[in-house]
Amino acid sequence: MSQAFRVPGGVALDRARPISFTFDGVAYAGYEGDTLASALLANGVRIVGRSYKYHRPRGIVSAGPEEPNALVGVARGPGRFTPNLRATEVELTDGLVATSQNRWPSLRFDIGAISDLLAPLFGAGFYYKTFMGPNWLGPNWAWKRVYEPVVRRAAGLGTAPTAPDPDRYARYFDHCDVLVVGAGAAGLAAARAAADSGADVVLCDEAAAPGGSLLAETRATIEGRPARDWLAETLQALGAAANVRILTRTQAFGCYAQNFVGLSERLPEPALIADPTLPRERLWQMRAREVVLAAGAIERPLVFADNDRPGILLAESARRYLNLYGVKVGERVVVVTAHDSAYRAALDLASAGVAVALIADLRDEASGPLPQAARAAGIEVAVKASVHAIRGRGRIEAVRLAAHPGGMRTLACDALLMSGGWTPSVHLFSQARGKLAFDAGLEAFRPGPPVARQRSAGACNATFGLQEALAEGDAAGRAAAEAAGRSPPDPRAIPVEGAPPAAGGTLGAPLHVLGDRHARAFVDFQNDVCVKDVELAIQEGYRSIEHVKRYTTTGMATDQGKLSNMNALAIAAAVRRTSIPEVGLTTFRPPYMPVTFGAFAGPARDDLFDPARRTPIHAWAAERGAAFEDVGQWKRAWYFPRRGEGMRAAVAREGRTVRAGVGLFDASTLGKIEVVGRDAALFLERMYANAFKKLEVGRCRYGLMLTETGYLMDDGVIGRLAPDRFHVTTTTGGAARVLAQMEDYLQTEFTDLEVWLTSTTEQWATIAVQGPRARDTIAPFVEGLDLSNAAFPHMSVRDGKACGVPARVMRVSFSGELGYEINVGSAYGLDVWKALFAEAEKHGGCAYGTETMHVLRAEKGYVIVGQETDGTVTLADLGLDWAIGKAKADFVGKRSLRLAEPAREGRKQLVGLLTEDPTVVLEEGAQVTATATPPTGSSALGHITSSYPSATLGRSIALALVAGGRARVGEKLFASTAAGAVAAIVTAPCFFDPDGKRLHG
Amino acid sequence: MLLIPCPYCGMERPEIEFRHGGEAHVVRPPDPSAVTDEAWTDYLYFRSNPKGVYAERWRHVSGCGRFFNVVRDTVSDRILASYRAGEPRPAAPVEARR
Ligand SMILES: [Zn+2]
Repeated sequence: MSQAFRVPGGVALDRARPISFTFDGVAYAGYEGDTLASALLANGVRIVGRSYKYHRPRGIVSAGPEEPNALVGVARGPGRFTPNLRATEVELTDGLVATSQNRWPSLRFDIGAISDLLAPLFGAGFYYKTFMGPNWLGPNWAWKRVYEPVVRRAAGLGTAPTAPDPDRYARYFDHCDVLVVGAGAAGLAAARAAADSGADVVLCDEAAAPGGSLLAETRATIEGRPARDWLAETLQALGAAANVRILTRTQAFGCYAQNFVGLSERLPEPALIADPTLPRERLWQMRAREVVLAAGAIERPLVFADNDRPGILLAESARRYLNLYGVKVGERVVVVTAHDSAYRAALDLASAGVAVALIADLRDEASGPLPQAARAAGIEVAVKASVHAIRGRGRIEAVRLAAHPGGMRTLACDALLMSGGWTPSVHLFSQARGKLAFDAGLEAFRPGPPVARQRSAGACNATFGLQEALAEGDAAGRAAAEAAGRSPPDPRAIPVEGAPPAAGGTLGAPLHVLGDRHARAFVDFQNDVCVKDVELAIQEGYRSIEHVKRYTTTGMATDQGKLSNMNALAIAAAVRRTSIPEVGLTTFRPPYMPVTFGAFAGPARDDLFDPARRTPIHAWAAERGAAFEDVGQWKRAWYFPRRGEGMRAAVAREGRTVRAGVGLFDASTLGKIEVVGRDAALFLERMYANAFKKLEVGRCRYGLMLTETGYLMDDGVIGRLAPDRFHVTTTTGGAARVLAQMEDYLQTEFTDLEVWLTSTTEQWATIAVQGPRARDTIAPFVEGLDLSNAAFPHMSVRDGKACGVPARVMRVSFSGELGYEINVGSAYGLDVWKALFAEAEKHGGCAYGTETMHVLRAEKGYVIVGQETDGTVTLADLGLDWAIGKAKADFVGKRSLRLAEPAREGRKQLVGLLTEDPTVVLEEGAQVTATATPPTGSSALGHITSSYPSATLGRSIALALVAGGRARVGEKLFASTAAGAVAAIVTAPCFFDPDGKRLHG
Repeated sequence: MLLIPCPYCGMERPEIEFRHGGEAHVVRPPDPSAVTDEAWTDYLYFRSNPKGVYAERWRHVSGCGRFFNVVRDTVSDRILASYRAGEPRPAAPVEARR
């Protein structure tokens, strides 16, 4: 077939540039300037997809982004596959490979089409009602094993690409004085007026070529010139203006607070081929002082039985295919309409030699200038029309309709052009919180007063006449420029001729369709929702349109109901015998059109997806083959396996080495805050549960920070460097949270205090040296401080030098062993680590990772915030209430400790659990119960918070939070495992060196 | 994304530079031990959450670091006033300067 439906004309085409492409593996020809849809129509391809639920054959309905049926996948080489593109928006390029969707095995023969015959089963709420059982093989058994796999195969639109996307996507933040959305007549007039004021103007349009309805305009003149000449001149003038940017192929998909508008721009294929460094798409985050919405309107389909047959399409779209692309949608067409605008399509098609068998007007009268022109051109016009049947399955063959004059008749045709009138595109206005008002005369929702600094102009404001739209655009452009602080030009008269007014429209379904249980009269093409589904939903008690929408799924497909919403609303209103405003309007949410994940992700992928924080010692650990784990954004060395070692063996060896000799641990990720000022001690007294005023200079305290609600929020060692200076450490994950909490109280509650807070987390590299040989390991490198027990006891801090560089040395331990943490400037961290490591090796030491750190502290019963705690655990629960500064009148969280819940008896308390079988390692998170088989419905006593194999103890250990746990020491409880309940004995939460002798070694 | 005027920096900055801090003018009782459980839990948990004009705290966390207060209409997201922490809520909020 060689473009049998191509006729002369088509302003968008470059006929000197033929193009070949394939659709479902068949080669076709087209021209540069075609869309995939126009080229398919030119080649006589009518079935372009199968419908979602019934697998009915579907054809192209529209010529724009509202297209519900012609969804295709487009491949552009390895990794470059995009599903669910609208063929009406895909620009034809040489070698394009497109495939249809939702059919198996082929478009013409689709096994799923049997569901069309089973349609009575597929009513509204079908999914909710059908797949409920049987469940005798377990909960949801039938759904999981039988229904879901079948439904997944039968339904679903498109196929997700599997290879990584090799393209680049860019993201811009930008600003302008006036953003004009839509480059049709109103938008162009607005942009021109705003530009004349000198304002910084951005004009965006979703199409490849700006112009909107002017592109297909054949009859009207503007300012004395044919509309298309006026369009070309205006675009040229705007393009030449330094203060105007025109973004084509750019969809304004979302309008957010204060004129923050999301624009997604796709770059044309030839440009990408010419310059491979260009991004595939650009996401513009545009902040506009003023916005002019000139988004146009969308033609509504008519609702009648089998209105989805291929060959039935919107009237203005047929006109666009003819005038833009030189494509006739059929040889012999019937026009069914409730609006004068369809007569323009009929007139243009007739002029191109297409036989227009009849214009059947649903209205009682068709007497406007356009119907008169049609009659004058010899086209038969009949009124009071109603469509009763469509013949033809893969393509319309005839329509049976009643009209006056002529009565009931059957007309052969190969295309049916329909128009139910026009729905203003109010999506962006509504997203910007503007309230819509229902205009009963126009039967349309139109913008009310805007909330944001926006103006609507043209068809999106229900101003449909060309001259009126131009005038409104001009006025909106001037007003926007003025509001943006520019002096606007004088109002401009933009005379129009040859554009007679067009009126009319209908909403919903006619009476003979309402109540017909057998009619397959589609409201929503993409989700296969029929009139009877909406009726059923209301019969079943769904009244709000929001509920009807979700129950029937009308308007919930990727086209977001652009064609269907108003008809669904009108049908719901008719069934409920009420008015449309009474039924309400569903919420417009961004995005207006689907936006690719690539555009949203932009450069934030792979290494840039989330910044990784690495310590100064990271490279050394990586070189040593360390396994890493993510802790927040940090990469932390997890364990250091030696040849042939798995994780468990490595962790056991590391743990034994620390207990027997010495281990080095990179603690640089610990949060660090320097708290300085006259009132530093007082401030810490208020922020932490502990007392700090009497802490001597050079000594440390284990600080516990509560939330104001009384629960443990963070912990860390705090050292006093001077009377007015503290070195505060926090957990790795809690650093930002702790600093924020401190700043909050300092700035807004404790404003009488003179304190400064500085995050020093990344300024210090922190090397923990732990084990009985720790002192021997650091001694050769430390200058300026006496490391003896007497001079530098456990929980001390001194500034001195290590390896000749300034060092802050703390004698602290999170292992239960003699321990030091040596802080040096980050830049020195790696060298100091290397020196210490070489020394440690002389003592049989090793490096250890976070897993061993966890095991060692669990052996000692030291808690980890976020592991033993979850925001509902008090210090008393953990047995840490000894740390509370009892004499303090107030600290953050203190008052809450007296509230009923934190003070309640029988709360869960931290205990140790030793399994009866020492080789069994319990699962963290497992439920702890009093019996092996607790009665169904009874609560657990608690749960396991930490569990490890302990090399030191030669058996497994676990920590748990258990109701009334401390009173249960010695009791046998049970922990759930995949293999059943496991018995364990409750112990104190410390398994090793309970007197702490080793700390003071 | 909101544009938020920071009263310390003296300019409007995009919302991503700020962190929301909940309702403004919720004062921590100066002597918590002296208040009833009810008054304390009111302070901890109860917020006005109005549809309409609302005073809220923001922190210019990626800017000057300061906490300040904003009066915002939660329906339109219009910011009606922005003022330093500790200053009283403006009696009749006026349209914030742009
Ligand atoms: Zn600031």
